[in-house]
Amino acid sequence: MNRKLFALFSLLVIVSVALAACGAPPPSGGGAPVTVKETVIVTVEVPGEAPTAAPPPAAGGERLKTVLDRGKVICGVHGSFQGFGFVDSAGAWSGFDVEFCRAWAAALFNDANAVEFRGLSAQARFTAVQTGEVDVLSRNSTWTWTRDAELGLTFGPVTFYDGQAIMAKKEIVTDAAGGLKALEGAQVCVQSGTTTELNLADQFRAAGVSYEPVVFEDQTAAFQAYDEGRCDAITSDRSQLATQGQAVLKNFADHVILDVVMSKEPLGPAVAQGDDKWADAVHWVVYGMIQAEELGITSANVDSFLTSEDPVVRRLLGVEGELGAKLGLSNDFIYRVIKLVGNYGEVYERNLGPFNLARGQNDLWTNGGLMYAPPFR
Amino acid sequence: MTTVEIKPPILVVGPLAWLRKNLFSTWYNALFTFVALWALYSFLQPALLWSQTEARWGVIEANLTLFMIGQYPREQLWRVWLVIYLLAGLIGLSWGVWKDAARGFAVIGLGAGAAFALLCFFFGWESWSHWLIACTTLLILYLVGRYLPYASFLTTVCWILYFPGVFLLIAGSARIASLPPVEMGAWGGLLLTLLLTIVGNFGSLPLGVLLALGRRSKLPIVKYFCIGYIEIIRGVPLVTILYMADILLPLFLPVDVRPDRVLRAMMGFILFEAAYQAENVRGGLQSINRGQYEAAQALGLSGTLSTVLIILPQALRAVVPALFNSFISLFKDTSLVAIIGLFDVLRIGRSVLAQSEWLGTHREVFLFAFFIYWGFNLAFTYGSRRVEEALGVGKR
Repeated sequence: MNRKLFALFSLLVIVSVALAACGAPPPSGGGAPVTVKETVIVTVEVPGEAPTAAPPPAAGGERLKTVLDRGKVICGVHGSFQGFGFVDSAGAWSGFDVEFCRAWAAALFNDANAVEFRGLSAQARFTAVQTGEVDVLSRNSTWTWTRDAELGLTFGPVTFYDGQAIMAKKEIVTDAAGGLKALEGAQVCVQSGTTTELNLADQFRAAGVSYEPVVFEDQTAAFQAYDEGRCDAITSDRSQLATQGQAVLKNFADHVILDVVMSKEPLGPAVAQGDDKWADAVHWVVYGMIQAEELGITSANVDSFLTSEDPVVRRLLGVEGELGAKLGLSNDFIYRVIKLVGNYGEVYERNLGPFNLARGQNDLWTNGGLMYAPPFR
Repeated sequence: MTTVEIKPPILVVGPLAWLRKNLFSTWYNALFTFVALWALYSFLQPALLWSQTEARWGVIEANLTLFMIGQYPREQLWRVWLVIYLLAGLIGLSWGVWKDAARGFAVIGLGAGAAFALLCFFFGWESWSHWLIACTTLLILYLVGRYLPYASFLTTVCWILYFPGVFLLIAGSARIASLPPVEMGAWGGLLLTLLLTIVGNFGSLPLGVLLALGRRSKLPIVKYFCIGYIEIIRGVPLVTILYMADILLPLFLPVDVRPDRVLRAMMGFILFEAAYQAENVRGGLQSINRGQYEAAQALGLSGTLSTVLIILPQALRAVVPALFNSFISLFKDTSLVAIIGLFDVLRIGRSVLAQSEWLGTHREVFLFAFFIYWGFNLAFTYGSRRVEEALGVGKR
């Protein structure tokens, strides 16, 4: 019996080794997703090998064509994040991140609804980009070094500058711009085991303010504890404080979010690395929306700008020049985006306006923010 | 002569007697009763008060369609109603034909349909008429079923045709003009939950039977393959299988073959559940007396025929409780599809919580989800108990 089992086991091992040898892409060992990316780069140089080795993602410059042939953009979004990506009661997708998906669809197909949305969990989101399940990820993902370099992603222009912030009761902090000093000796609710907790410690130490952390396993519990008065302040990402704060707190108006920024969390779209053409298309649509806001072009008045004499406006809207064609898009792609979706400011107001999130860093550079588009020329 | 009517002694029969016998038989039982009543009151009173005053039930009303069918196109809603009518009709037919075995489910179907009709009418929603039609269909087909020739055979055929039919109705086809295709990504809510449950269970049963038979086979390759499959799948969490179906499967398939995500999830459920169904069925097979095999051989039946005609019917009947148990557990497991980005009824709830006009309605939404799961499981349990009684499971 034992010998039989041993024979069977060795057979299994041999079969699985053989299968693994057939299934895995030929070059370089290792099972990490990065291998996939490497294979792609190889296939660009040796086109003959492409069909067997390369999984769907992006052989250089192919994705844009694939998307155009398919007739819709597949966009990875958050499924249940207020303000950024969720399903409304009519069953339609809405939210800040979602609108950018519509913008890409508008640019490519002149139809803001030519999008297939994928609600992705935090764990599955980057894999979905790597495997080519989604063309582009627009799911409040922070642009970090690791994600850019190790996960084989290319991040786009930042669409939302988030950052860790701190919220306190108005009775303790009267002036939002007053800094952390007002929180001397305060109890601060924070989620355990996160970078949030570490940033909190760093910032208070740097400011020379003593505090007492009250640590919670999850975010909602921390908010509830804060609401019940078990701590004087709570820290999390600014967008979370504003949206979840309004969801959980009994009276949001009694609280104030301090102006202090405790960490950098730039959120932006991501595409698979190795396909610059597709990445360019994704990036320039976002830049176009920022540029349009700077020029004062909105979905309501964009048609009146078509007759403008300003060469910058004429190039942006495709009245003049071949800017779109050089990206592999139509020349009026920004016009379509503005007409069908709106400029950056409109998208911001529509989705995040109800949460009273001040523009802050997300304002145009001309207003002291960080939103800045490279020149369209 | 006048008859003297003697009333039954009040302390022996009737509600008072019941109370006395069950709740107040001894002083400590009486004490327990009061403590339990007090505990129940102190729990229920604030809950009821909350549900009457603070709770914003509007979140359910505004999103009811979303909960039920997810992002399924609203103008194609009639297809879902048609599926419900057909189900009601089939349940009615089965009731008429198979009597007791299907009565439990018929009673539930009729009761639920009537309750929904009343509820919708009460709230002024227009869907009450649909529920009325469903109930009527059920009753009409019950009468039809009672007088139908070849009834049992026809009903079985109808049930077998029903599931592919539902799939066609919901998914649509490019070839049929009145049924435009609906991409599976839009399937959601309770519709998706139920479809996954049904496909997962009925798809895995044949596979499970084969695996169970294979595991008892004398051919070593078949036997060890089946053992290997069952033990590997049972040793892996469902989440892993779903991730594999969602992420790894497309990597192994050719670039142009991309099964839809819902289809992939269904495959994952079928492959996972088959291992458990196989063990359920194997339990049934082991309960069959050796005499049954010998009797089948004595009748001159071949191995295949004796398995199909003699052994399997008895084995499956013996494990009906276990099969329904798997059904219920899979029904709840379907909520795991949320992690691969599908919108089942629970995930829809989470999404509803993100709507800016309904922020902070966690309690209402999750209570509603609880009642959906609980209601369905209660119905399954009741129906399955009636089936067991009718089949005489554990008695004959």
